[in-house]
Amino acid sequence: MTDKYDAIVVGAGHNGLVCSALLAKAGKRVLVLEANEQVGGAAITREFADGYSVSACAHLLYQLQPEVRKDLKLSTRLASEDMTTIALHVDGKHLRLKGHEVEGVSDEDREQYRQFRKRMTRFSDLLRKYLNKPPPRLGTKNFKDLATLGQLGLDMRLLGKNEMREFLRLIGMNIHDEVNERFDSPLLKGAISLDSVLGTHLGPRSPNTIMTYLYRQAGDHGRSGVPAGGMGSVSNELAHAARAAGVTIRTAMPVKRVIVENGRATGVETESGERFDCLTVISNADPKRTMMELVGAKHFETGFARRIHHLRAKGNAAKLHLALDGLPAIAGLSKKDYAERIVIAPDEDYVERAFNPAKYGASSPAPVIEISFPSFRDETLAPTGKHVMSAVVQYAPYALKGGWTDAAKAEFEAAVIRTIERYAPDISERITASELLTPADIEREFHITGGHWHHAELTLDQFLFVRPVASAAQYSMPLEGLYLCGAGAHPGGGVSGAAGRNAARTILNREKAA
Amino acid sequence: MIRQPVHQGRLKTPFHSRLEKLDFVNEWHEWKGYSTPDSLYCSELEYFAIRNATAVFDLSPMTKYRISGADSLEYLNRLVTRDMGKIKPGRVAYAVWCDDQGQVIDDGTIFHLREGEYRICSQERHLEWLQASAIGFDVTIKHETDDIAGLAVQGPTSFSVLSNMGLDGLGDLKPFGLTHFDFQGSELMISRTGFTGDLGYELWIEPDKAEALWDALFEAGKLHGIRAIGVHALELARVEAGYLAPYEEFLPVDETVRTGHSRSPLELGLEWLVDFKKPNFNGRRALAEEKRKGSNWRLVKLDIEGNKVAVSSFIFENKKASKAAIGFVTSAVWSPVCKQNIALGSVRAPHGKPGDNVWVEIYYQREMHWSRYMAKATVVDKPFWFPPRRSATPPGPY
Repeated sequence: MTDKYDAIVVGAGHNGLVCSALLAKAGKRVLVLEANEQVGGAAITREFADGYSVSACAHLLYQLQPEVRKDLKLSTRLASEDMTTIALHVDGKHLRLKGHEVEGVSDEDREQYRQFRKRMTRFSDLLRKYLNKPPPRLGTKNFKDLATLGQLGLDMRLLGKNEMREFLRLIGMNIHDEVNERFDSPLLKGAISLDSVLGTHLGPRSPNTIMTYLYRQAGDHGRSGVPAGGMGSVSNELAHAARAAGVTIRTAMPVKRVIVENGRATGVETESGERFDCLTVISNADPKRTMMELVGAKHFETGFARRIHHLRAKGNAAKLHLALDGLPAIAGLSKKDYAERIVIAPDEDYVERAFNPAKYGASSPAPVIEISFPSFRDETLAPTGKHVMSAVVQYAPYALKGGWTDAAKAEFEAAVIRTIERYAPDISERITASELLTPADIEREFHITGGHWHHAELTLDQFLFVRPVASAAQYSMPLEGLYLCGAGAHPGGGVSGAAGRNAARTILNREKAA
Repeated sequence: MIRQPVHQGRLKTPFHSRLEKLDFVNEWHEWKGYSTPDSLYCSELEYFAIRNATAVFDLSPMTKYRISGADSLEYLNRLVTRDMGKIKPGRVAYAVWCDDQGQVIDDGTIFHLREGEYRICSQERHLEWLQASAIGFDVTIKHETDDIAGLAVQGPTSFSVLSNMGLDGLGDLKPFGLTHFDFQGSELMISRTGFTGDLGYELWIEPDKAEALWDALFEAGKLHGIRAIGVHALELARVEAGYLAPYEEFLPVDETVRTGHSRSPLELGLEWLVDFKKPNFNGRRALAEEKRKGSNWRLVKLDIEGNKVAVSSFIFENKKASKAAIGFVTSAVWSPVCKQNIALGSVRAPHGKPGDNVWVEIYYQREMHWSRYMAKATVVDKPFWFPPRRSATPPGPY
């Protein structure tokens, strides 16, 4: 006879931890099963070279929702906060972006940037409100859904007639057109483009890249920080909060399948053959893994299984970690600038060109890069005097033609180093060890199908009411007792905790209603 | 690039050469790419072959899919609403399949050919849906419409005709049974199925042997009034039997744009085909919800006063038609064998319970002038034509 839990959460990603903690606080008996040795999913800190540690996947914190912090009384200590974004220029004429201000461009561009940011902030504030609620179902008579839908309509209308029109115009548009309407500075256009496409399989000319920009801003107005001890600290803090609330967390316990009996999820079986019974199975895994592998398509109806099967979830962002024997010299940067967020995206066409090969299954010869030196403010990450560089690099398509062989990885890594070298000529000499995580590696290490950091592409057809797919937007899947609580559910990826919190609230509300 | 000739125009079925010889009126239409006759000489006489002798209908254009593989039973059980586990090898099941919302995509017959090997036979094409349904299952789906020629051999003397062909043991075949014979070195499959509500069989054979089969059949039926028939005669018999036809009694949901214009099995009188004991099948959740809340529509069989056929009529609660129509007629015929004015229709629940009286608004034309009258109709429960010989095993020698 096995123990029976109220809920089992599959995966101790940050959303799974948030969800489990909130359920336990409400008095539920919760078990979290994590495949890896460490909790945190893609938000962990781990050693990648002797003495060098890094946030292995997600590396900047810009979206953790205040609601989550408040509910779980988190007080994450940050090593860097409210980071400036420095857009590198080959001749050292870098741009600095922070809040509504940008330095290093013409007065006209500065004014335009202020207006752009003001509008984007207004829109992303609107969006943020709905990231922290389960999306309303369409075509229902449920009062709560209708009220949320009505509120959304009202909130849009309250933007004012012109702004509402702008919102509706921009939300489906591409960032390329918008930055070209507004700005002259190629570097500024490049930096904004990068923020719009980071973590997606989209280029600046792809539709709805303004929406992805807004999504990023919706976290904390785009302010990013680095937790002391790396992203793993956030996960450890969440795990601590969960355990304090009574959650049992077991690591190195990969779940093999969700047990379905008589048309409902009744428990899980681990790879080692252990079986756990429960009333509710909550999956922090991505929708495809959850539905097609852990549960199995045959337990769903054709239409739903087909939609999940066709979910677009192929990652295009790689992670490069470098162990450095010292900070590389970048012309035009002062010492303290190394604590900031540094991006390489010289102009918006550069970003689009970087994306082009990815459409055809090749990696970018001249990639787009987001860099941080977390060891600059955090001595725990590297030996004294040494440093680590953590970079998100695009584009590295999951389904690379010919596969991610060692040679393919070496070629892409060389392209990244070559690109950084244009700004930091001594980077190669500084490298003592390196690690490249392609989406294929991310899939393997973090068990995310396609290695996509949003679990499913963040596009309007997979967003809000239809995330991950139509008829399954409210965390509850069309199989009794099965819920999703990860990035594949509304609102999406990033270390925000919103999906986990919304899922927990939905489950508790449903119980109350029943 | 490989260039391949693409056939243009209508296809000819494997029996075309034989049909052509018997055709006197040259009335053909298109059926899933094939030419099929409306009638060959006279629909009424063809109809009487169904009811009084043996009628032969070429159903080769019927859509056929072969389902095989380790998961074929599990696959079919998720696809259709009824429990296919009860359909043993050598049996045929009438079945209906739905989308996730419990709306009917199509109905058809599923032949359990051999252990774990099935054939789905329907009027419409469904490869896309069948393949989407195969995600996660170990099954192979093969479209085999063009690989199998089919003949419906229907009517009271059909058993005698087939016995004359030397098909020993056919007498033991029960309704919805199937069996295999050797025909000139090829496999001839015979199922006791049909679309006429009478004693009858369906014969399935490879196209190369189609003409030989036809010739042997007509030779054997010479003294039993065998006749080839077209679609019009069959349609008349179909309504008498109370069978549904897609695009008549329901619109396939994948062809429906407007909400509420599709139908669920419960709304088509097919609740007996929906097995809620199965934990999962397409439409289960929606149908369980519909069952709890009540359906919007109900399929009715109407016995109508008078002799004016109620084509496309509205159905009302009372004679004055003072309230909005409660439904409409979907198929209507004068039944020669029942001597009844009959129709199938769709009415809003809770109207249309068996035994209810409703009023049908009939328009008819006499020498250019149109007239209208309200005919009283009774909702009946049973098919209009349901002779005991249909299910007698062994069938009598007529």
